[in-house]
Amino acid sequence: MKFTRRQTLALGAGAVATAAMGLPSASVAKIATADEAIAEFTGGAAIKEGGVTLTAPEIAENGNAVQVSVSAEGASAILIVADGNPSPKVATFTFGPLAGAPEASTRMRLIQTQNVTAVAKLADGSFAKASSYVKVTIGGCGG
Amino acid sequence: MISRRDFVQATVAASAIVGASGVGQWAQLAAQQRLTQDELLAFDPLGSVTLIHMTDLHAQVTPVYFREPEINLGVGAAQGQPPHVTGADFLKLYDIKPGSPAAYALTDQDFVALAKAYGRMGGLDRCATVINAIRAERPDALLLDGGDTWQGSYVSHKTNGQDVVNLVGALKPDAMTAHWEFTFGRDRVDELVKSLGFAFLGANIFDAEWDEPAYEPYKIFERGGAKIAVIGQAFPYLPIANPKWMFPGLSFGVREERIAKLAAEVRKKGADVVVLLSHNGFDVDRKLAARAPGIDVILCGHTHDALPEPVKVGKTHLIASGSNGKFISRIDLDVSAGEVKGLRHKLIPIFADVIAPDATMAARIKAERAPFAAELGETLGVTEGLLYRRGNFNGTWDDLICNALISEREADIALSPGFRWGPSLLPGAPITREDLFAATSMSYPSAYRSEMTGAQLHAILEDVADNLFHPDPYYQQGGDMVRVGGMGYTIDISKPVGKRISDMTVLKTGAAIDPAKTYVVAGWASVNEGVEGPAIWDVVEAYIRRKKTISIDPNKSVRVRGA
Repeated sequence: MKFTRRQTLALGAGAVATAAMGLPSASVAKIATADEAIAEFTGGAAIKEGGVTLTAPEIAENGNAVQVSVSAEGASAILIVADGNPSPKVATFTFGPLAGAPEASTRMRLIQTQNVTAVAKLADGSFAKASSYVKVTIGGCGG
Repeated sequence: MISRRDFVQATVAASAIVGASGVGQWAQLAAQQRLTQDELLAFDPLGSVTLIHMTDLHAQVTPVYFREPEINLGVGAAQGQPPHVTGADFLKLYDIKPGSPAAYALTDQDFVALAKAYGRMGGLDRCATVINAIRAERPDALLLDGGDTWQGSYVSHKTNGQDVVNLVGALKPDAMTAHWEFTFGRDRVDELVKSLGFAFLGANIFDAEWDEPAYEPYKIFERGGAKIAVIGQAFPYLPIANPKWMFPGLSFGVREERIAKLAAEVRKKGADVVVLLSHNGFDVDRKLAARAPGIDVILCGHTHDALPEPVKVGKTHLIASGSNGKFISRIDLDVSAGEVKGLRHKLIPIFADVIAPDATMAARIKAERAPFAAELGETLGVTEGLLYRRGNFNGTWDDLICNALISEREADIALSPGFRWGPSLLPGAPITREDLFAATSMSYPSAYRSEMTGAQLHAILEDVADNLFHPDPYYQQGGDMVRVGGMGYTIDISKPVGKRISDMTVLKTGAAIDPAKTYVVAGWASVNEGVEGPAIWDVVEAYIRRKKTISIDPNKSVRVRGA
């Protein structure tokens, strides 16, 4: 994929420093739906399709650790939401002026089959999004 | 495309003598006389590049009967498209005469009668003859194996795939990819890969921890004056369809962007031809071909489809070469100025009574089997009717397995996975241990017995149905529907997940399945770790020995809608 091991490690370290994971703090607990999380992130601004690359598996190999990668040219922040999770807000990555590239990777838990959406705040202050449908399956009867 | 004419010419001549009703010894002799090895191998060569494709052998190193599916439904864009065309429709589509060798090889029509006329198909010694003949004419030909090669027989089970690795290795392939290979465990795969002497390719196999490629993604060959890049694509859903604890730390997936990127990368390195040696399954390959540009040929595997002609998507040719050693595809390419100018293809049916076995390979096969000869040949019982597996919803082999599970494990309901491997047995044939293992051989055979609620059973059926009938091929896993004993249901394949399965009924009593009630369910091949129970082959052997003669009632327990 896009990252070598070293880049991933460096990125991981950087991302940890700035990512606000969806922990159940008082403010996050009020966010009940993915739409609400997105509205909070955009302040209600319009969101266009395209300009964001979201890489997620079609079918999750392990629903407890689903790998997602996001990138968006010129983005200052990217929000990831999972609309079928009890707590839909997964992570927000913020990219400062020293960030090498506005791209990030993380793993999340998906409790069921659902849409994962990435919303990016672009350099001009506008918003863009991309979505992926990720299936979480019992598995075991293929072949 | 020349292929249809090439293939049908040979077969029309034969069917004129045999006819639809031509059965028995006379017909067999006639068929053998008419259908010659030379005819089967006849090929008007094109250009200077030749690919030979074999796939999904499932360790069937000797000839088998293998009935193609009666039902193989497509959904979404694939509805009514090959390979989702079966039986009489298939014959019409490809202009094949009923009763002809091609009809026998490619469809379920008149299968038992034609099987008696035309005999078994496959066998690695016959494959060797075909491959050697192609190489004699085209010494630079590339032999590419699409995977699902090592698993599926008694001997391969006992030797952890070693017999197949030795035998297929003697054919000197140039590259392979994989699926069931990984069910021997990652360590065993790595050990065997080291010994192969040819490329083991999997562009979509990643180290899950570091998200880095775990195996070689491609190899570039210089053959016939051209640079041929072969990109390998392993089965994308291995950790979901098979037990992921057997190959920890590996991640798969379709990884469409990576394939597109690699196709561009190999072109930059000077490849004239880009080949994807794929174990995606046909519908996934068809979608990938439309979305990842720059691939000339996709050699398709996994879904066991045999198509007498390539399917073209844009500039990409999709080649489907069947399973169980029944077919070998030859593909000639006319390549000039870094571009494929023409392609000629033939799906060569390996009629075991027509193609002479290669003596060296025959001796090797005998030697691999010799230590197990007594167990292999032991007769467990006799089957009254045809035993087969392929088809979307049921097959008599799985009916037998489900009956055995219900009876031997004292269960209300039995589940048997919708595998596509497993050859057929003709009516009246003895069921040997070899036959039983050809339908059950695997590294996670425990037959579990557990309690499930009606709601859980419904969830399982819905989950598997979505893996088969999701309109987007990238969400399909390529098996058939889980086979059910003791319970009937209605499936509407046009509905979304959660809405396809209804009318679940206990067959014994006719009572509706109660979502809240608990049922005793027996099954096998669970992907979970630590499953307890006897091996499925022991359960089925005990049942067959007790019954002596196996007779399967017609299965009318699945009602299909929306097709």
